[in-house]
This record gives sequence, structure tokens and C-alpha cells, in this order.
Amino acid sequence: MTSVKSKQQGSVLTQKLHSKRQLFIPIAALLVLILVNLINDPSFFAIKVGTNSTGDPVLSGNLITILDNASELAILAIGMTLVTAASGGQDISVGATIAIAGSVVLRVLCGTEARPETLQAPIIVAFLVCCVVSMLFGAFNGALVAYFKIQPMVATLILYTAGRSIAAWINNNALPIISEPSFAYYGNFIPGIAIPTPVFIAIACMIIIALVLKFTTLGLYTQSVGINPHSSRLNGINPEFIKFITYVILGLCVAVAGFIKVSRFSTINYSVVAKDIEMDAILAVALGGNALSGGKFSMAASILGAYVIQFLTTTLYTFKVDSSALPAYKAVVVIILVVLSSPVAREKMAKLWKKVAPAKTAKEAN
Amino acid sequence: MSAPNSKVKAGRLTPRTSMSDTNILLLITILVFVVMYVAAVVFLGSGFRKPQTFFNILNENAALIILSCGMSLVMITGGIDISVGTMTALVCMSCAVHLDYQGGSVASAVGLALLIGVLYGLVQGYIIAYLEIQPFIVTLAGMFFAKGMTTIVNADQFNVVHEGFQALKLTRIDVPFLGSVNKLGTYVPAYVEIGVIVALLVVILLFCLLRWTKLGRAFYAVGGNQQSANMLGINVKRTKFLAHFLCSVLAGIGGFVYFLHVGSGSPSHASGAEMNAIAASIIGGTMLTGGVGNIIGTFFGVVSLNTIKNIVSSLGLDEAWWTNITVAAMICIFLVIQSVVLMRKNKK
Amino acid sequence: MQEGAVLEVRGICKNFPGVRALQGVDFTLREGEIHALMGENGAGKSTLIKVLTGVYTKDDGQIFLKGHEGPVHIKSPEDAQNAGISTVYQEITLCPNLTVAENMYIGRTKGPFTNWRAMNRRAGEILRSLEIPASPTQQLGTCSIAVQQMVAIARAVDMECKVLILDEPTSSLDEQEVRKLFKLMLDLKAKGVGIVFVTHFLEQVYEVCDRITVLRDGQLVGEYVIEELPRVQLVSKMLGKELNDMAALDKGETVSEKEDRGVPVLEAHQLSSTEGIKPFDFQIYKGEVNGFTGLLGSGRSECVRAIFGADKTTGGTVKVNGQEVSIKKPRDAMKYGIGYLPEDRKRDGIVGDLSVRDNIILALQVLRGFFRPISRAQAEAYADEYIKLLEIKTASSETPIKALSGGNQQKVILARWLLTNPNYLILDEPTRGIDIGTKIEIQKLVLKLAAEGKSVTFISSEIDEMLRTCSRLLVMRDRKMVGELTGEDLQQDKIMATIAGGESAS
Repeated sequence: MTSVKSKQQGSVLTQKLHSKRQLFIPIAALLVLILVNLINDPSFFAIKVGTNSTGDPVLSGNLITILDNASELAILAIGMTLVTAASGGQDISVGATIAIAGSVVLRVLCGTEARPETLQAPIIVAFLVCCVVSMLFGAFNGALVAYFKIQPMVATLILYTAGRSIAAWINNNALPIISEPSFAYYGNFIPGIAIPTPVFIAIACMIIIALVLKFTTLGLYTQSVGINPHSSRLNGINPEFIKFITYVILGLCVAVAGFIKVSRFSTINYSVVAKDIEMDAILAVALGGNALSGGKFSMAASILGAYVIQFLTTTLYTFKVDSSALPAYKAVVVIILVVLSSPVAREKMAKLWKKVAPAKTAKEAN
Repeated sequence: MSAPNSKVKAGRLTPRTSMSDTNILLLITILVFVVMYVAAVVFLGSGFRKPQTFFNILNENAALIILSCGMSLVMITGGIDISVGTMTALVCMSCAVHLDYQGGSVASAVGLALLIGVLYGLVQGYIIAYLEIQPFIVTLAGMFFAKGMTTIVNADQFNVVHEGFQALKLTRIDVPFLGSVNKLGTYVPAYVEIGVIVALLVVILLFCLLRWTKLGRAFYAVGGNQQSANMLGINVKRTKFLAHFLCSVLAGIGGFVYFLHVGSGSPSHASGAEMNAIAASIIGGTMLTGGVGNIIGTFFGVVSLNTIKNIVSSLGLDEAWWTNITVAAMICIFLVIQSVVLMRKNKK
Repeated sequence: MQEGAVLEVRGICKNFPGVRALQGVDFTLREGEIHALMGENGAGKSTLIKVLTGVYTKDDGQIFLKGHEGPVHIKSPEDAQNAGISTVYQEITLCPNLTVAENMYIGRTKGPFTNWRAMNRRAGEILRSLEIPASPTQQLGTCSIAVQQMVAIARAVDMECKVLILDEPTSSLDEQEVRKLFKLMLDLKAKGVGIVFVTHFLEQVYEVCDRITVLRDGQLVGEYVIEELPRVQLVSKMLGKELNDMAALDKGETVSEKEDRGVPVLEAHQLSSTEGIKPFDFQIYKGEVNGFTGLLGSGRSECVRAIFGADKTTGGTVKVNGQEVSIKKPRDAMKYGIGYLPEDRKRDGIVGDLSVRDNIILALQVLRGFFRPISRAQAEAYADEYIKLLEIKTASSETPIKALSGGNQQKVILARWLLTNPNYLILDEPTRGIDIGTKIEIQKLVLKLAAEGKSVTFISSEIDEMLRTCSRLLVMRDRKMVGELTGEDLQQDKIMATIAGGESAS
């Protein structure tokens, strides 16, 4: 009996170790970034209480900026992780569909006016319409991937190409601005609350996905479909539908992210809003140690990956890196992280170390 | 798509030669292009009747043809390279700075372009093939790197004034017999730029490489089934390395051809070219899953993509969004055709 | 190196994380002999072969080849080919997107160029001489699995090899093709080629082999001349224990020959599917074990797939316990208490990267529905219960199923369906490619289930096995049900005659 019990404990342990290993990369990256900043300038972590233009108390500081700015990315990472797990590919249209989502919000709230005095519809209506539209576009991607069996990257290339144009078309290429102050709450601060609202929205999304993963079998189904769609089907899972639904979920994530984006500036520029965010979202998934070819995933690691990316960006800014040159440094860091976490590279380094280490000891002996 | 159908086991079929997936897709591409162009000539009239219109498509897109060829190559082996667009910008900017600020010659600028391509190829190829990291992530980093590097080299756009370069840029090669008579009644010969010659050479060389060399067939084998290719005695790592290496070198060449066409350096050059290259490869019948594709198809993919853009603008739909939406619709239609054709074929 | 040996390995060791796959194994292959490599699943046969062919690198030990001074280092399949070792693997290792001819020549021609005409011509000659029904310019993916396997064999034998390794090449071939293969093997043997032959079919071993090397748990048991090792002893050496229950397995009382069998648990009438089977009738009663038999590709699997809803049905009706039901997808069938263990374990059965635990609970979880996940603790309990019950050899329930040997994977899939407590279980080739020990365990389990009042449909290529378990056999030929055999008719020759067709078919 004891042997069975110890075996059980062992299995629980290995399983814990496994998920820890996945979390190791983003956590280690985060620690290194924190360390670098501590050495460079401890005041990086300072959080100040100030007041904003309306006289309400707000928190400011790099950490707040990171938490605030990473919100959209973290929300997207949730959907992207599911899409990656189930379909073994990525949705590269999220940036473009954020533009669509934002455009829909503007269209509903402003009607055809450029600077409406009053909102044409309640904000909640705009948000719901935006969710429905984004989910429809998600469904379009999902249908191509799941039912027409087109590789995800290629299928989403369509909306990647057309998305921003569709966004412009929805508002007839005009850029309406919302002057209603309560609309700006969602992307900035709610009066009286010192922490930026997007942080709360991101946390809410995380709690929802955690509950969904806990109280439904979405996690098991998506992984199973991603690993082996044939046997999933024979076990009663509908692989096409699961793939399809992950794209719809990502659509919902896009809607939330798009809504935050519009709220931040009270308007959007269709051609630049959330530009290249799809790349960052995919990066977040990869940094979380998830295979981009699908299958097993760790949601926590992906979300953490999103914050690592934002942390890195903010850190680079404090090093006075020009914003246009930022990608170059980001690329170097990313490649180092990815190489370090690859099993092949680790093996090679271990071998190299073995070769170097005896030579060293031999030298010391001499 | 080409997974063996395990259902047909003892169906002792008589030997039959059906068309390979590659050839079917190539045929569809060429057919659609011809129909589209003929329709444009018939319904849209004058512009499309001039051969120069076609040659202008080539002139405009010589660089894209080269980039797409490289893209097809990696796609055939089952990889992807999304760094080629920003690499083009990097090459343009580096060459521009080299020519105008460092007093370089055209020859050394070409050398610089190639050097960037080779270095990129070595690093990306090594990481992808020998460290076995997903090509998407590696080239994503490559894309970011080139993007940032371009602005580090020089943040602002500027036109190159170097004389030797200007001479080369303006060199036109006349195409015999296909000129047209202008309004004044003088004969204007049709012409192509040097870049087009380079692009055509690349197309021909790569076509031969893929068709008649062992390396070329190894690309297909690795894309078809990596484990099997390994078991069949193909050096999979080397093959993948070479595919990504060649793609980056081609991006270097393509970058210079782009530079030759626009004659300036700018961080915004060739933005989104990687997606255009992927789109062109797909329209040309190359599949992202690997193992299926054709360079001639890729050539027609680029030409089709830009013909449709020309058609849209000559229809008077000037708003920028129409072009993108039409292109997206075209990709969509092609994808659905391909997926339906292959699904039906593999069901038999 | 021994006199006359073409290949000799000494003290080969290979470890995988947590598994010592090979521990100091010796193996000698002599010129002009066919040498069977036997052992249970997980005994290390495949690992040894993969070490020899450079797919895995060995941790320790030496490999000697005739014509090479000292030990050789085989680092890749490319090296193995150059050293004169050619291999046919159990799974097709060809590229489906290339032509048949290319698959035969890629990776082994000289020079940097491909000469299509010469290649197609030579490939055509070989295909004709081996009577393989394929054209050299045909895309391989469009050929049937059996033809693909024959192409792989054609490729291997066409190489100027000194050593030919055949790792279960016959599992997807029909009788006729197996004959062709044996003739080829004997021809090569006469030319002095050393052949390593791995198979689970004992008859095949005793038909063509000269020597047998037995492995067990990654260790060498011994090398024997075939005449000196009768079957029973071979089996006991493979299993490492004397085997009395092998013959003792008896259908006993489970055969329900009673007149009044009540309403069939499942009844199909004129069922047909998109996979081209002719409409067939089928019924199974409570506590009955019946079986589909016929050659590979005769439509056995297609029939059960139609019943389970795995393939789209095109006509006919299905009744469960007398009630007419509509089974459109596997989930429908599962709701009616039907379980299906598929033929192709790797493609349709396992979910490779998932843990043994998740693989076991998968079907039950689907039955419970999307919003009622099985708790972690409950899942652990289920997994541990079945790991113990079926004696599944795994490091823990957290181990990914792909790390298990074939037989153990099959047990996990069985566990998955047993956990759903089905009324009717369809087992499609549950014993293919797994070792004799597990085979007998599975046969026993089938009879036990029947005794508990469950119904089982059993499909196997081995008629022996069917005779041992089934009380009624349905015979398929050319995708058509051609006969039903019960009682007196359940005899080897009678079945063979019905499968083959002709006047004796009823």
C-alpha cells in the first residue's frame, strides 16, 4: 500500500515539476529583468501617487505602466494559447481585427458624426456589438481552419490583409472621436480608483479563463484535438468544432482588447492601432514554453510571457533605447531566451561544458 | 493534405498516374492568371492591351518575385521566413548609407547586400535547423531585429544620389517587338529594368534546382515527411539549413533589387512584403504544410497578385482599402479552391 | 569478428530517460542467413534496430561490419545506408508527396542531379519484376498502404546491401504479398545477404528463418538455431516464464449457444458507409463474442466503423436493444454504451503527448460532458485502478502515453473503454503488433467481459485467436459480407475456404 502511495506522490511531484519547468522560462526571464533594473536604477520600481487632470489620485511608475500596457497582450495571449493548442497554428490577424473591433465601437457610439456631443448608443451596447462582430470574424477564421482545413497562418492571412481596410470602411475612412469622459474610464482610470482600469479587465479575463479551464473540459479537449484529432474524434470529441470554438474565443479576446484600445485614446487610427501585436501575442505563447505546433499548453506561462514582453519593452525604454530601434534589442533578447530554453541547445551546452570542465580541472591540477 | 489514405488497403488499383498535388495547383494558378488577364484585356481595354503594362508589373515587383521564390523554398521544406520584408528594408538602408555617406561603389553595395543575406542565413538557418527551434519564432525575431536595425543604421528616409547607382537604376532593357506607338506616333519600345532580369534568372535557377538536383528533391522530401526523409538517408538538418540559408540570401538579393527600383533608403520600405511573399507563394500553389510547391507557380502568384491590384485601380475603386480587400478575397478564393481540390482528390 | 559474420554488435547499451532500453546486448548476423529477432514489446528490438540504422545513437558498445576494420560509427540513417545496411520499418517511412520512383531512389543516388528518365525506367523494371501494382511516376500518397510497404521493400532490396533489416514488414501485407516477400528474402539469402527479420507471427519465423535471437527487457536471452527451439520454448523464453495457460485458454461457458437469446444488444440492418462496404446485416446478443474475419482490406474495419459512427453511413438502420437509433458520430454510439478500440493505434487510438491518466479518462470525460470535468483526484484514482488491473507498465500515470511500448499503449486504450463500462465493445485488431503475453491477457479479458454479460466484437488477422474467443464469425470478402459461421463450422479450413471464396462459400 505504501508503495502505491509513494508512487502517487511521485507522479504528483513529476507533474508539478513538469508544469513548473514550463513556467521556469518566463519566471527566470522576469527575474533577470528585475535584477538588471535593480542594478541599473532601483528607482525603476518606484510607484508614486499623483493626480491626473481631473484631480483624482492615480498611481504612476514603471510597474504600473507595465501592468497597464500589457493588459491587451495578456488578454490576447489567452485566446492565442487556445488557438495554438487546438489548431497547431497561430492567428496572425488579431492586430487587424482589433482595428475592426475598435472601428465597430466608434461606429456604434458615434453613428455617422465625427465628434458627437452625446453618445448615440449606451457603451454596453457598443461593447456587445463589438464582441459579436469580433466573434464573427473569429468564426470566419475558425471556419477556414477547422472546416476547410487551411493552415491557420494562411487562413488568417486573409483578415490580416483585409482587416484594417475593413476597419476603415466601417467608418467610411473617417476617424470619429468620442468626447464623452465616461467612455475613457475603461482604458484609463475610473475616478477614485488609482489603478488603471485595463489591469482590472485583464485580471477579470484571467479569472474567467481559469474558471472555464477548471469547470469545463476545454483544456483537455483542446490539447487532445491538437495532439491527435483522429483519436479525439473516435472518442466522441468533435475536433472541427473545438478548433472552431477556440477561434471564436480568441475573437472575444480581440473584442475586449480592441475596446480597451479605443477607450485609451477615445479614437483609433486604423492603420497603426495594435500594429504587430499579433507577433507579440505569439511570442508570449512561445515564451511560455508552449509548442507552437499545438498540443499541451500552460495558460499561466503564456500570460506570464505577455508580461515579460511588456517588462522588457519598458526596461529598454529606461535604457534610453529609441522606440523605433526597440525591436532590434527585443529580437536579441527573444532569441537568447528561446535558444536557452530549447532542449537541443541545452544538450549541446551540457556537452560543451563537459569538454571544457575537465580541461579546466586538468589545468588547475597542473 | 497528402496524407496517405489508410482506408484503401487492399483495393488493388491498376497502376494509374494521377497528377501530383504540385502540378494540379500549378495548373490552377496559371489558368486563373490567364483568365484574369484576358478578361482585363477584353473588358478594361487600352491599358491592359499594351505589353508594357505587363512589363511594368514585372518592374514593380522584381524584388517581390525574388523574395517569394525564397519563401516558396522554405515553405516547401515545411518552414516559414517572415523576416524577408524587414530584411529588404535593412538592405536598402544599409546600401543607401554605404553609397551616399561612406563613398561606396555599386559593386561593394551589392557585396554588402549579399553579406547581410549570408549572415542572416547562417544565423537563422543554424538556429532553426541545428537548434531545432520553430522557424516562425526565429524569423519573427529576425524580423524585429532587421526592423530595429534599419532605424539604427539611419532613421530617416533619403534618396540616393550616387551617380553610378543612378545610371544602373535608370538602365532599361528593351524588349523587342512588344513596344507600342504613342499619341505622337512615335514607337516606344517596351522595356524591363535590370531587376527583372535578375528575378527571371532566380526563377529559372531555382526551378532547375528544385526539379533536377538531389538537393531540390530533398527539400520536397523533408517537407513531405521529415522523419521519413531522415530514414531515407537524407540529411534533414543540412537540408533545412540550406533552405533557410538560400531564402535569406535571396532576401539579400531581393533587397538590392528593391533598392535598385526605388533608389532610396527608408525604414518603411517593403513593409508587409513577407506577407505578400507568403500570399504569392500560396496563390502559386505552395502549401504551408510543406512538400508541395512550384517556383513557376510562385512567379505567376506574384504576377496574379499585382494584376488584380491593377484591375482594381483601373476599375476606379481608388480608395486604398479596396485593393487590400480584393487581394484578401483572392487569397481566400484560392485557398478554398485548393483545399476543395485536394480534399476531393485525396478522398478518391 | 566471427568467421562468416556480416554484422556483429557487442555490448550495446541505450538509455532513455527512466528506461534502460538496451543493456549490453550482443547480436551476430552471418552471411546468407535469415535471423529472427524476437521479444515482447518493449524488449528492445526496435531500439536495437534503430541503433543499427543510426536513428538513435548508442550509449555504449561496438558495432562491427564485414569489410570494415574495427568498430564502425553509424551516426545517421545516411551512414547506415552507405555502410550497406538497408531497412524496412514497420511504419511506412516514405514521403507521400514524392513519386514512387523518387521514393525508391532518393537519398542513395550519386552526383548532385536527378536523372528522371533513368530513375523512372529502373523503378518501372523493379516494380514489374516484383509485381507491385504502381506506376513509377505516381505520387506515393495515392497508393494503398500495402503498395507503399512493398515500395519500401523494393527500395531496400534494390540497394547493394550486405545487411537487410525488416522490422515487421508484413503487418500490412496480405498473404500473397507476404509470399512475394519471402521469395525475395530467400533470393537475397542465396546471394549472401544477411537478413534481420522482426515479426510477431510465429508461423512466419518458422517458415523462413535460420536462427533466432531472443531479447527480453532490454537484455539478451540467447541465440538459437531454429531447429533447436520449438515454438513453446521460444514463447516461454520471450515471456521469461513457462507458459501453461496458453493452450488452456478456453471459451468455456461464455459461448451462448442458447436458443433464446432475447433482443440483440445491437442490430444493424442493411448498413452501408461512405467507405464503400456493401450493405450488411449484423446483430450481437448479450454476453456474446463474435468476430469479423477476412483479408486485410476486405472491409472488416469499415463494418465496425460504420456501426460506431466513425465513418459516415449511407444507408441502413441500427437498433440498440430493439430501439431504432441514429448513430451519426462516435459520440452517439458512446451514449448507447458502445466502445471502439480502433485498428490503427497510433493514428486513431492514443493521444501521444497526453499523460496515461488523461488518455484513460478521455472517453468517460466526453460521456460526462463538457461542463462536468472529472476532478484531478478522481482521475488519478481511475488511472491507478486500471494501471493495476491491466498491469500497465508505466513510470507513473503522468507519463505521456507515447513513451510506453505498443502493448502497454494498447492496454491504456482498453482501459479507456473499460472505464466507460460499455455494454458492447468493439475491438479492432487489439492484438496486432503486440507481444504474445499481452495478446493472451487481452483474449482472456474478452472472455471475462463476455462472462460478465457484455458483448464483444473481436477483429483479428489471426484465425487462431478468433477461434479461441469468438462463438460466431462473420466473413468479409471484397467489402461484402459473404458468410456467417457458427458452431461446427468454426474450423480453420472452413473459415479459410469462406474467406477465399469459391463453391464452399455459403
